[in-house]
Amino acid sequence: MVTGRGRVEQAVWVWLPVGFFLVIALFPFYWMAITSIKPNSELYNRQLMPLLISNPTLKHYIDLLSQTHFLLWTWNTMLVAVISTGISLVFGAMLAYPLARMRFAGAGLIAMTVAAIYLVPQPLLFIPLADVINRLDLGNTLTSVILTYPTMLVPFCAWLLLGYFKTVPKELEEAARIDGASRLQTMRRIFLPLCTPGFISAGIFAFTLSQNEFLYALIFLTKSSVRTVPVGVIAELIRGDVFYWGQLMAGALLGSVPVAIIYSFFVEHYVAGLTSGSVKA
Amino acid sequence: MSIRIEPLIALARPPRRAFSLALWLDREAVFGWLMMALPLLFLAAFVGYPFVYGILLSLQDRPVAKPGHFVGLANFVKNFHDPIFWRVAVNTFVYTGVATLLKMVGGLGLALAMNQDFRMKNLVRALLLLPFIVPTVLSTVAWLWMLDPAFSVVNRLLIGLGVPRPGPSWLGNPVLAMFSIIMINTWRGLPFYGITLLAGLQTVPPELYEAATIDGAGGWNRFRYVTLPLLKPIILIVTLFSVIFTFADFQLVYVLTHGGPQNATHLFATYAFDIGMGAGQLGLGASVALTMLPALALLIVALTLYMRRA
Repeated sequence: MVTGRGRVEQAVWVWLPVGFFLVIALFPFYWMAITSIKPNSELYNRQLMPLLISNPTLKHYIDLLSQTHFLLWTWNTMLVAVISTGISLVFGAMLAYPLARMRFAGAGLIAMTVAAIYLVPQPLLFIPLADVINRLDLGNTLTSVILTYPTMLVPFCAWLLLGYFKTVPKELEEAARIDGASRLQTMRRIFLPLCTPGFISAGIFAFTLSQNEFLYALIFLTKSSVRTVPVGVIAELIRGDVFYWGQLMAGALLGSVPVAIIYSFFVEHYVAGLTSGSVKA
Repeated sequence: MSIRIEPLIALARPPRRAFSLALWLDREAVFGWLMMALPLLFLAAFVGYPFVYGILLSLQDRPVAKPGHFVGLANFVKNFHDPIFWRVAVNTFVYTGVATLLKMVGGLGLALAMNQDFRMKNLVRALLLLPFIVPTVLSTVAWLWMLDPAFSVVNRLLIGLGVPRPGPSWLGNPVLAMFSIIMINTWRGLPFYGITLLAGLQTVPPELYEAATIDGAGGWNRFRYVTLPLLKPIILIVTLFSVIFTFADFQLVYVLTHGGPQNATHLFATYAFDIGMGAGQLGLGASVALTMLPALALLIVALTLYMRRA
């Protein structure tokens, strides 16, 4: 926009505000990390400078992994996230393809309904859903969350994919149709492979959303062996008034790592999805 | 000369076929509805049914694990006379209003700061989004520890700057607790605002700024008359999104304060949880949750219509 600015000026206009936002955004993670490797003697000593560490230790991580079911929770979280993301992508595409490509009575209404369902927050549904899960006898099973997470992920994926599908040109599909391919063949062989970026965006979002989910997991999963990381950390590392801060921060950090890794690989897809999901879709 | 017309007619007439499944499946309406049937059934079973069932529950006295009986609007009347319920309603509106305003202003600031050329911009953008990516509960636990009554790092830094010991009780004082949950919600949601608005800013054609500059517009006027009008649709959509999910927030409050102290931070979602899951009053809890519906429905319809138009 403005060119030829000096170094000092750039430092003031760019790095002062950006640095401010960066410090605020990242400090809690720094605090998480440094707490998780501080021995208790330093953690609970108010005489020491809190931002630094003199004797780093892995004790909290070892305790976390040996004294709690953290690894099992991580496995549960991954399993649930992967399966519900898969279901949501398939169902989302099944909704989005006809809505993006075909004209038929009721299409507009369905598109509106799907969008509206995406915006219904869980707190509106959790009490009746808890009763439904109870009656289906699914309490304390991973199936309960695998079935309920897609209630928010399917409309979300459908909406995001719908936006993406509309940007793909129709000519290839039309050519395939003229050559005699059926609609299903056209969709599977020609159309869907073109939409890989859309699926990656939707998949990452669905995956992060399922890792983030807390309310349903808190209600449906009360046995330690079936818990997910967020619920396990909150329910089992805070016992009454006793906080195991070292372990808590170790758990919070380890629990954030999978999402952060996946995110770092696909950050461009994520940002594209973020902006198209809300801005364009 | 005679013209034989019969073969031509035969050519023109399509071969008569019996009902063909393949052709029938190829019709747009048939293919479309068949394709959507399974996901729609799923949504009907796990969203539609619980939604209707929730409304029925709210009209019942229904302790957990016991049959319920119909009580009409008694649950809503009970809420109406419950001072905590009104406290919860005020809390929810304050929380949503202030947090959204902060996210909007801060997000705009972040977007403007990021909309300049500098090195490592993509890395900075990725790092700034971290609070939004990391599971809410896990980052909120870090805040709980940062605001711990005895070992708060925030207070230890403040004391270092000269604030008298022991420093503010961030989660123990009713007003400060509300302030804290608003700030932490802002911390988490601001990157979403900022990065989305940044994407909007980048679509503003530079010629518009040049034209405005030639016409004598200064920095503020360029922002006021070029940037803001063009960003308006995006600001509106992001705000509606943010309002809906802030209004129905649960995780953050559940972890930080459980609604305390003295219900000062209870929101509709956490209060409904306490009544429905904690006290096992499913009917009453459902009625508290459903109180969110009118405001949410309004927002959802507004946003859906707007997204459709855009």
